[in-house]
Amino acid sequence: MPRVQGFAQRVKTNLQVYAVGGRIAILERLQYPLASLMFMVNVLIEPIIYLVVWSSATVAQGGAVGGYTAGQFAGYYIIWTFVRQFNLAVGPDNFNWRIKNGTLAGELLRPVHPIDIDLAWNLGFKVMQVVYWIPIGVILWLMFKPEVNPQAWQLLAFPIVLLLAAYVRFFVMWLVGLMCFWTERIDSLIELYFAAELLFSGRLVPLEIMPAWAQNVAGYLPFQWTFYFPIELLLGRVTINEFGIGVFAQVAWILAAYVGIRLIWVRAVRRFTAVGA
Amino acid sequence: MSTNSITVKDLRKTYKVPEREAGLKAAIKSLVARKTKDVHAVDGISFQIEPGEIVGFLGPNGAGKTTTLKMLSGLLYPTSGELSVAGHVPQKREREFLQQITLVMGQRSQLNWDIPAIDSYDLYRAIYGIPQEQFIADRDKMIEVMQLKDLVKKPVRNLSLGERMKAEMVGALLHQPGVLFLDEPTIGLDVTMQRRIRAFIQEYNQRYNATVLLTSHYMADVQALCKRVIVIHHGKLLFDGDLTQLVERFSAQKTLVLTMSDMNGKTPDMAQYGTVVTQEPNRVVLRVAKSDAPQVTARLLADLPVTDLTVDDPPIEEVIESVFDAPETSE
Repeated sequence: MPRVQGFAQRVKTNLQVYAVGGRIAILERLQYPLASLMFMVNVLIEPIIYLVVWSSATVAQGGAVGGYTAGQFAGYYIIWTFVRQFNLAVGPDNFNWRIKNGTLAGELLRPVHPIDIDLAWNLGFKVMQVVYWIPIGVILWLMFKPEVNPQAWQLLAFPIVLLLAAYVRFFVMWLVGLMCFWTERIDSLIELYFAAELLFSGRLVPLEIMPAWAQNVAGYLPFQWTFYFPIELLLGRVTINEFGIGVFAQVAWILAAYVGIRLIWVRAVRRFTAVGA
Repeated sequence: MSTNSITVKDLRKTYKVPEREAGLKAAIKSLVARKTKDVHAVDGISFQIEPGEIVGFLGPNGAGKTTTLKMLSGLLYPTSGELSVAGHVPQKREREFLQQITLVMGQRSQLNWDIPAIDSYDLYRAIYGIPQEQFIADRDKMIEVMQLKDLVKKPVRNLSLGERMKAEMVGALLHQPGVLFLDEPTIGLDVTMQRRIRAFIQEYNQRYNATVLLTSHYMADVQALCKRVIVIHHGKLLFDGDLTQLVERFSAQKTLVLTMSDMNGKTPDMAQYGTVVTQEPNRVVLRVAKSDAPQVTARLLADLPVTDLTVDDPPIEEVIESVFDAPETSE
């Protein structure tokens, strides 16, 4: 009947949850190949618009804007498309939906934290997104001829930075999502979050092109470590010092968001169980 | 060691519900002066359920049944009162507690809609840390009993309501919980499906000595599974005891079924004996007050050529209906 789990058993359970949950996310994506493709196209429209605009701007400016040539812009936004597949994460609005349709209640009845289920699902989801990205990435590469010149250490460091970028975005978004336990209408907060991300992450334009004040503000926010930093690293534009600072910032943001989640989650569940759904 | 028992003492749950008049003026006023009303969803109920018991938890819509089940499963924090389920305080939501319970809500699916149920079961195996061999043996046994063999391989969205409910039940019991909270598990299902779910619950209860608290609007569920029922209304406990006692206590009437020999085409005035439910040439069903039943029976036997007469309690549905329709009383 009941299986009382010690620490080691819990770790084993969580690893199994990640493995099975990841596999289920892959199965889910395979159920809807067309929807997955459309999702991918939707994700790609945004950087392709930026790419076309900035490529035209560099030509108009005589070859470079803010230190970026057309080829570097091409490299920036093509890597953007790859980084985006990795840092896709459960959105804050997802909590609203889960509370409203009763999914969260079901998750709270299980002896694992919902964040573990989400982590597992994201793992499988990213695997499929990368698989879907490969042919599109190749086409973009052939079409726009990017200038990408990473050194060997930058190539080796990229997967680590990419993984950390995914975790920064995942944990920060989870933290923001918890706000919906206190407000039924979280839509405006979500809009604000994504607007801030668009401006201060390097998602819209490389941060170097942004005004100085925006670059300063970005220094205090987590967003640049989820887009700008991994992209710049693979472009070969990050020094070893900047790499160290960047990884430190990524780890710090993950820890800060994780501690925030731990603190708020208890109160959020308490609130949920007081009000019900 | 847990005992799978459930103890509820003076349990209360009060919701604060926003309240305002209709119209724009009231809406604007509510922005500055928000009015709330206290709704006592559960109002001081107490009961004890022993390990292995199957108890029917009855009440009309809004009586507080689901709120109580949610508090017992740790999904809602009680306003006051004491709760103990399988030796745990539910609202603490300890892992060991969650390992020992299940809550099945007939109107809410926990299975992943997009993939076959058999894949979701695998996730449950990981979540509950069920040993692989045990998992496969139990899963296959339950799938066989529920006749789900091919259905668990289809995406859940392609299953009918009944098939989905059967698949839900299997998923909910794979970790062998000792305490089952079942909220309308047969709602919307046809008679055959209802029967199969009932048989499954009964078999699980007997096999694992599991404690079951079941809400259902189908009295057939309650009659088939529950010797004991707890009735709540307006959040208060109205009755806790044997189903037969419930009928005895709350049924104010008796049903008399008469079969008569040939009356040579004459139709007697049966209304003088009681309320006529149905009347055929040689068979009449009457409803009479419980206290009048002996006298009416004697008169019928004296006045008419009765060949057979039975005195029954009215159907359980009617008894329950009369309980809920009765003015609010305190126990």
